[in-house]
Parts: sequence; C-alpha cells; structure tokens
Amino acid sequence: MDNGQECTSGLSSTACDVGAVPAEEIAAICQTFGNDKHRMLDILRAVQDRYHCISPSTMDSVAAETGLTRIQVEGVASFYSFLSLTPKGRVTIRLCDDIVDRYAGLAEVVAVFEEVLGIRMGETSADRAFSLEYTPCIGMCDQAPAAMINDVVLTRLTVDTARAAAEALKAGRTPDHLISERYAELTPHERATRMVDNNIRHAGEVLLGPVPEDAGLDKAAAMMPSLIIAAIEESGLRGCGGAGFTTGHKWRFAAAERAEKRFILCNADEGEPGTFKDRVLLTERPHLLIEGMTIAARAVGANEGILYLRGEYVYLRELLEQVLEDRRRRGLLGKGIHGIRNFDFDVRLQLGAGAYICGEEGALISSCEGLPGEPKTRPPFPVNRGYLGHPTVVNNVETFCHAARILDRGATWFHAMGTEGSHGTKLFSICGDCLNPGIYELPYGHTVREILEMAGGQDAAAVQVGGPSGTMIARDSFHRKLTFDDLATGGAIIVFNGERNILEIVEYYMSFFVHESCGYCTPCRVGNVFLQKAIGKFRKGLANPEDIDYLKELSGTIIETSRCGLGMTSPNPILSTLQNFPLVYSAVTKPNKDRIRDTFDIQSAIDGARKIAKRRSYIFDRDFTQ
Amino acid sequence: MSDLPKARIATASLAGCFGCHMAILDIDERLIDLMQLVDVDRSPLTDKKRFTTRCDIGIIEGGCCNEENVHVLHDFRRNCDVLIALGQCAIMGGLPAMRNAIMHSDAPLRECLEEAYITGKYIRNTTHNVPNDPALPLLLDEVYPCSEVVEIDYQIPGCAPGGDIIFDTLSKLLTGKFRGFEREMIKFD
Amino acid sequence: MSGTKKETGFTFTIDGVEITAYAGETIMEAADEAGVYIPRLCDHEGLRHQGSCRVCTVKAGGRSVAACTQPAAPGQAVENESPHLTKMRRDLVEMLFHEGNHLCPICEASGNCELQAMAYRLDMTETTRFPYLEPCRALDASHPDIALDTNRCISCGRCIRASEDVDGKGVFGYVGRGIHRRVAVNGENLADTDAQVTDHAISSEVCPVGCIIRKRVGFVTPIGEREFDKGLIGHEIEARRK
Ligand SMILES: Cc1cc2nc3c(=O)[nH]c(=O)nc-3n(C[C@H](O)[C@H](O)[C@H](O)COP(=O)(O)O)c2cc1C
Ligand code: SF4
Ligand code: SF4
Ligand code: SF4
Ligand code: SF4
Ligand code: FES
Ligand code: FES
Repeated sequence: MDNGQECTSGLSSTACDVGAVPAEEIAAICQTFGNDKHRMLDILRAVQDRYHCISPSTMDSVAAETGLTRIQVEGVASFYSFLSLTPKGRVTIRLCDDIVDRYAGLAEVVAVFEEVLGIRMGETSADRAFSLEYTPCIGMCDQAPAAMINDVVLTRLTVDTARAAAEALKAGRTPDHLISERYAELTPHERATRMVDNNIRHAGEVLLGPVPEDAGLDKAAAMMPSLIIAAIEESGLRGCGGAGFTTGHKWRFAAAERAEKRFILCNADEGEPGTFKDRVLLTERPHLLIEGMTIAARAVGANEGILYLRGEYVYLRELLEQVLEDRRRRGLLGKGIHGIRNFDFDVRLQLGAGAYICGEEGALISSCEGLPGEPKTRPPFPVNRGYLGHPTVVNNVETFCHAARILDRGATWFHAMGTEGSHGTKLFSICGDCLNPGIYELPYGHTVREILEMAGGQDAAAVQVGGPSGTMIARDSFHRKLTFDDLATGGAIIVFNGERNILEIVEYYMSFFVHESCGYCTPCRVGNVFLQKAIGKFRKGLANPEDIDYLKELSGTIIETSRCGLGMTSPNPILSTLQNFPLVYSAVTKPNKDRIRDTFDIQSAIDGARKIAKRRSYIFDRDFTQ
Repeated sequence: MSDLPKARIATASLAGCFGCHMAILDIDERLIDLMQLVDVDRSPLTDKKRFTTRCDIGIIEGGCCNEENVHVLHDFRRNCDVLIALGQCAIMGGLPAMRNAIMHSDAPLRECLEEAYITGKYIRNTTHNVPNDPALPLLLDEVYPCSEVVEIDYQIPGCAPGGDIIFDTLSKLLTGKFRGFEREMIKFD
Repeated sequence: MSGTKKETGFTFTIDGVEITAYAGETIMEAADEAGVYIPRLCDHEGLRHQGSCRVCTVKAGGRSVAACTQPAAPGQAVENESPHLTKMRRDLVEMLFHEGNHLCPICEASGNCELQAMAYRLDMTETTRFPYLEPCRALDASHPDIALDTNRCISCGRCIRASEDVDGKGVFGYVGRGIHRRVAVNGENLADTDAQVTDHAISSEVCPVGCIIRKRVGFVTPIGEREFDKGLIGHEIEARRK
C-alpha cells in the first residue's frame, strides 16, 4: 500500500548510476533549452527519454548547467511519475489501471504482458529492454483497456492484441511499428487517429460541427480588446475545466492588472479519470484552440502563451507542433498577427510528465516554471501574479475553443443555448458500462437519464459525474440536470451497471488521490491515506458502525483544511456514496463483539512466530499439542 | 464518598516496563484516599492472577507484543466495564513498538530475534540460540497499541504518567466528574 | 503604535477581539502583534510563509483559510479557537504524529517540541482512530556535529527556508510526491553538504521537532524543566495582550 512505508537507505534517493552519462552530453541537452532552470521539466524529460534514468551524477550536471542545487533538481525529478531516479527499460509499457480498465479486462492483458516479457508489473527486465508499470487514467477511457508504449498509445487491448504487441516488441520492433508498418509515411494526424479513435457520437453546433477557419480571430483582430472581453462576458461562457469560473471576468482581471508582460496558458492536462474530451479537441480542433488562445492574448494584451499538454498525450505532440508551425508560417502566430502592429503572440508547447495535480492552475504554472507541480498559495491569483509573477490567464482547452466560436458567431448566439447560468454547449466524455462510449457535444441542461439513453447506458445503477472528484449518483438522481448549478462536470460521466461493486470503485478512487496528492499540505497528504485504509476495512467486512462517522469526520477535516482543490474534493467518492448508496456501507458493518476488534487478526499476527518457533500457540490454537 | 459502594479495579502490565505500575504508587499518601473508593481485584499489586468478579475499571500498562498480552487484554475487555490505557506503551506501543518501524525486511521478526539474541553488538548469549521454551508466548508480527486490539475508553498519557494525573483522573472517573485533563498535566514523556 | 501608522491600518476581529492590521499583513501577523495566538507549525518568525501544515486554519468570512498566508481584510470576523477548529487542528497534529515515528519518551526534543506542545494545547488525549503509518525512515549521523532523525520530521520546511533564505545555502529540500514527499539533503548525506552547526537552519529554534539534532548537547536541560514544561505553546504571544 502507498503509505510511505518502503525503506530508503539514505536521505538522498537510491542511486542509479548506469555507467555515468558523460557530463558533456547532459550539458548539450541543457544547452538545447538555454540552460534555463524554468525549462527543467523539458530538460529532465529529454534526459529520461535518452538515458531512461536520472542518476545522481546527472542531477549534479543538470544543477551545474542551470544554476540550481542538486536537491532542487532532485525535487523535480522525484515529483513526476514519468521521470525516474532508478533505471527504466528502453521501452516502458504503462497500462492504465483505472477501474474502467479493470472492468474492461485489464487483468488478462496484464497477465499477457507479464508472461511474454517475463517481468511483473512494476519491474524492469534485467537487460533493461522493458519496464512494466501501472498508470492512472490516460484519457482513453472510451477504448479501455489502454496502454502507453513509450510515446505511442494502444487501445482496446485484448488478450490477443496484447500478445501480438508484446511479442512484436520482444522481437525488437519499435513501438511505432505497432501502429503501422508505414508509420514514417503517415501524417501526424493520421498517426494520432490510427492510435486513438475520436468516438465523436454527437456533434453540437459550437465545437464539433463545421467550424470555419479562423473566423473568430478575423473578427477579434478588428475589435478593441475591451470589446472582445465584453463579448466573452455577454456570452455567459464559463470555464470548462471543472471550476466554472466566468471566463470573461478572468480575462478582464488579467487585462486590468498593470504589468509589463502577460501570459496565456492553456490547460491541456486533462487528468480527471473519465475525462477525454480535450483529447478529441486537440486532435480535431487544434487550430480552433490556438485561435482561441490568440484571441485571449489580443484581449488581455499577452505576447506569450504556453500549451501545457499532459505527458500521457505525448502522442499528440508532433500534431500540435505542426499546427503551431503552420500558423507561424501563415502569420497567425508570431509578430504582427493579421498585420496588426503590436499584435505579437506565440505559443510554446510544454509537456507534463505524469502528475494529475498539474491540472490545478497553480500547479500547472509551477510545472511550466520548471518546478515540482505544487499548487501556489492564493492570493495572489494567477490573473494577478501567475507564471513567473506575471498576470496569467489559465483556461481549459474547450474554453478557448468556445471563445473563438463566440467571437465568430456572437455572444447572443452562444448565450441562447443551454440554461440560465450555464450557457452554450459542453463536451461530455462518456465511458464505462454503456454501448456507445465517446464524446457528446450537447447544450447544458440535459438530464443524466437523457444522456444515458443517448449513450446506451440504460442499465446504469450508478453514474460518476465529474470523475472521482465529482459526485456518484444513484438511479433516483438520474433526473438531475447537467449544469453548473445542479450536477457540474468537467466532462466526465462514468457509467456503472448493477454488477459493479461500489466500494471497490471508491477504494480505487481513493488510491488515485493518494497517488496524485502533491504532498504539500498535511490533510491531503496524510488524511487521504487514512481514508483509503478505512475504506479497505469496509471492503474486508471489518468495519464498525462508528467507522461511518469516522469517514465523515475525517473527510470533513480534509475538505476544510486542504490547500487546493485536490484535497477539497478527494473525499467526494466516499461522501457522495455514503449519501447516495448508504446501504452499501451499512450492509458490511457490524459492531465489535465484546468490544474486541475484528481488525486485529491474531492468527496472522502470530503466524510468523509460529513458523520460527516451529510450534503452535497454546492459547490461540486449539490443537496446539499436535 | 464512603457510602458509595466501592468500585472494583483490575490492572495488568503487558508489553511495558512496569514503570506505569510503579507510577501508580507515585500517588503517594493519596493512595489511602483512593483505596477508600476502590477494591483491587486482578492485579500484580494484589498478586491475583484471575478475575474473581466483574470489575468497573481495568487499567492496562503496555501494548501487545505477544499472544499472551492479547489474551490478557481480551480477558480484561470482557471483564471490565471501562478500560484505561495507562502510559505511552499502552496508548501507542511505546518503546517496544520501535521494532515496527525499524524492521521492514522480508523477515522482520526473525531479524528482530536474531539481533536481540545472537547478532546484536552487546549481546552475550553463550547458547547462540533464540530462546524457544514451549512456555514462552509467541511474539506478534508487530507491537500493537491496546486500542488496535480492543476498544479503549480512556487513556492517561505519560512515560510514566505522573502520580498527579493518575490520581486526578482515577478519582474523577470514580466520582463521575472526569471532563478531560488539566492541560498542564498532559505529558507524553 | 505611532499615530501615523494607525491611520493606514484597519481593524478586524478574531473571536470578537478587535485587531489592528496594516495593508499586506496576514491574519497571523496581525494576531501575533495583538497578542492573540493562532496555533501553527510550519510558520516561523523570520521565514517565508509556506502554508503547508494547515494547523493555523481559521474561519474568515465563512471560509476556512490558513491564517499564516491569508491577508487580513478590513472588518472581517475571524474565528480562531472554536471547538470545531480545535478539532480540525487536533486531527492535523495527530496526522503528523501518525505519519512519522514519534516516540516522545526517548526523544531529545521532548518538552521543547512544538508538535508535542501543540498536542498538549489541543488536548490530543483521546483514543486515536487513525492508523500508524510506521514508515521506515533513515537516521543520518554522518556529519561530525549534526544528526538527522527523519522519523520525527513533520515536513514543515522550516529548515529548507532557513537554509535557503537566511544561510544562503540550500542544504535541505523536498523530494518525492504525496505521502512519499519528504525532506532530503543536498548530497548523499549531511556530511556531503556544506551544513555547519552554526547555520540558522540547524539552530534549535528552526526545527520544531527532534529531527535536526546538534550532537553533544542533548539532554543538557533535564526533562520536566523544558520550554513547554513552563507554559502552553503560544503563552508568550498571549502574554503580549494588554
Ligand atoms: C486537482 C485539480 C485538477 C484539475 N485538472 C484540470 C484539468 O486537467 N484541466 C483543466 O482544464 N482544469 C483542471 N482543473 C481546474 C483548473 O484549476 C482551472 O480551474 C482551469 O484550468 C481553469 O480553466 P477554465 O476556467 O477554462 O475551466 C483542475 C483543478 C484541480 C483542483
Ligand atoms: S490539497 Fe493535496 S494536492 Fe493540494 S496542495 Fe495540499 S497536498 Fe497538494
Ligand atoms: S509507558 Fe513508559 S513507564 Fe509505562 S510501561 Fe511504557 S516505558 Fe514503562
Ligand atoms: S519530535 Fe516531538 S512529537 Fe516527535 S517524538 Fe520528539 S518530542 Fe515527541
Ligand atoms: S527537519 Fe525539522 S525543520 Fe526541517 S522539515 Fe523536518 S521538521 Fe521541519
Ligand atoms: S484511460 Fe483508463 S480510465 Fe481513462
Ligand atoms: S502555520 Fe499556517 S499552514 Fe502551517
């Protein structure tokens, strides 16, 4: 269990010098990024890709090149799941171990990989050819079980396809070749769509229907920045990343701040399990996204932007780089956009490296700054002092896409869709026990039942709305509406049928939060481990009725004292199921008999001693004389 | 006070150093007042090895490091209305629980025994064996605080708890006046 | 306080007591000046605010915030010592006890330890419901004058900030994530760093617990006559109140 129990030999992490990498090679990598400490994540990613390990001597070299201390470099290297202080294989296979994948046959797929590669999950082969790992949701929930093989993605794995892939890798084929024999000849878009299906099930009017190229930007270029902001405000657009802050206000605050520089950051970290709508926008509407960012830049007066792409979506990197390059060539990025003097804006792609918390805007900024992905203290807010201390707008991928469309079609058009307080359309990503998992673009205000019907999920007994940090509802709540005021979601809708074990789902989600907590603050770092252990007691049938109160009280402390949104929502899987599925809990609790605790198991506690002493217990083994 | 029926008390020392029992004696002359209120049943202080009657209060020193500790603790829980964990060992394992954190090898118990009886730097054990008399209770895989084995009603902190906090807590519990400790009396050392 | 300064200040209340604050001050800074103690562990005079232990959580304007990082706001009613907040704080302190290995009876810091003293102040005396995590953590005695017993580290980061900002060194830093996040040193071990026993980061006031140990001076003051044997933690601040 993930509770910090593993031994560490010294204060510094265990060394992994795989034949030290020459300092000049490390220096050359640092040089590519201008020896800039703010590009630490890029530097370490490059080191990891090339040497499959970040050793102490490497950290010394990186520190020397970037003017940091080694412990600062180690702080970053040890934070991200995709960076490793111990040697990893040349090919790392990361299987999504989300509950959705488990229900889609993960165990059999794992068994195949283990068998063919001859290593267990969590291990690296002796010849350093392969590493096998679990990873949380990689955003392929509609085509689970899914895996990352270095930078490529395999979806809908079955025992047969897994075996074919594992054997091909073992035979020395590159990961690219698993996708296509002619991989080199494919365009980036072809590569991406060979790997991953879009599964667009319902295209709405705003984003997934026909979208004219750069029509919004054309109009915005002719507008006063303040009028752009006014249009966004009038449209009623609210952030699509989960929190639902009014986008126009956010832009207005950033524009109002007196500053030399401002920044536009796009949050493409999409880490909430069950959310995969940004994946589809990044694949099918990348120009619209950059258009939206460019409009935001015009509105607030920013010259630089960062597109923060989660490490799991590295397979989209070249597609996005190509889009950026194409727009630079066409004068849609760079100096004097649309020939307007002073309309300068460019975007750099920043890849993450496996950390859900980097979706939190402060952590996202930290990560872009080359730091561990820890949320920032608020106030100040990003719009006041964000990236490197400059006013910064952070918006979700979908939010920027909407903004571009609003500029084209007008605020009134957008405002007329949806419901009061929740205007426009929203992309919902639906997965789990339904016939048609995928993307549905719908106006706000549909009921859960309507969506389930569309997706062929009528058998649902429980629906997780908004992912683990959202709400788990039962049938009696399927009439509720998907709006900010009723059931809010960043997009995730995970369907579970009546055969699924609610406590198993909850236990998985708690392990997810334990894994993804940044560890900065006490309640989230420690409290979630306690919650996870407590749910384990329920799962084993060892909980008492008082444990239900314990869950509620501990959850209350975590929610109220945590520093960021992760800790403020991490007890939701427990609290929402306690509320909506109370019988699931009460059915497995029983009071202690004679006030003696069932959780203490004398038989397992004395088992080791029994073996060492080679005798039985004269107290607890009835047949001790035998 | 004297017309109240006397409360029956039992005590036990599990995985502790007997220091907490000695601390009960630190109540000094107030012991006489306390004895006005209680009869002591099963306890090393009376040398009674079994419960002769159901008791109102059981006082436990030490956590559980072997099966006999567990057995005694179960017996106390079944025979006492209120159980008090006295001292840090009973409350959280105390010094004996150090082995929980330092032993994270594949065979922690074996290593622990070997270090204690054979390989330890300061060990003089001419037999070079780990004692294994059939009468010796089996060790547990870890040292457990009492509250992980049975429900505990109150705990009196300290190592050992001072005479004052013991007297104060017991006399208040016996007269139904206990509302928590005076903050100045709380000590974990 | 000087008349001119007062003009730029404003007032708010903590548990009904009127407090004067100045622009940019945190709730805790203003409270300290006024002699109102808000419990804290990661915050320390002279060091940057970190806001990580969350023991200073107060209710301000209906929201729970960390008093050490939240700016004071004019007219705001702040709740500090309510039973509800005390319970949360006790939970947090207890989490820190259970996250590491705290054996007060054998700890050199006992009696001087802020974590322990906070447990006393917050009445952490009831039977625990939290599991003990019992991590396996290292002891680093490599340095001739300093030892680190990370079993007792509560990740408050005071040593990190003291070393970086006061000593200008960077001897300590955080590594890892989540429950695995911990304080480590800038090298293979402490002897491999430029730490000196005269560093502010190593001084007895920075580490709130018994993790950073100065060799050869242990137990100079006997148990029973130590700092928090003389009064509850926070009593010095509370004594400022007129
Ligand atoms: C733990 C956590 C994870 C988050 N992950 C994401 C994410 O993956 N994508 C996203 O757009 N917003 C995420 N958010 C919300 C962001 O903090 C922020 O509100 C959002 O990016 C703002 O953009 P919006 O207003 O356009 O939604 C997350 C928040 C928290 C607390
Ligand atoms: S709540 Fe969790 S994720 Fe957020 S700062 Fe605290 S530890 Fe980090
Ligand atoms: S708490 Fe202290 S005095 Fe009491 S038994 Fe344990 S070690 Fe001995
Ligand atoms: S550091 Fe403090 S709380 Fe921890 S063992 Fe030492 S005295 Fe006790
Ligand atoms: S060593 Fe001490 S000062 Fe440093 S983080 Fe740990 S507890 Fe805080
Ligand atoms: S990819 Fe496995 S659940 Fe999202
Ligand atoms: S003192 Fe404020 S969070 Fe630690």
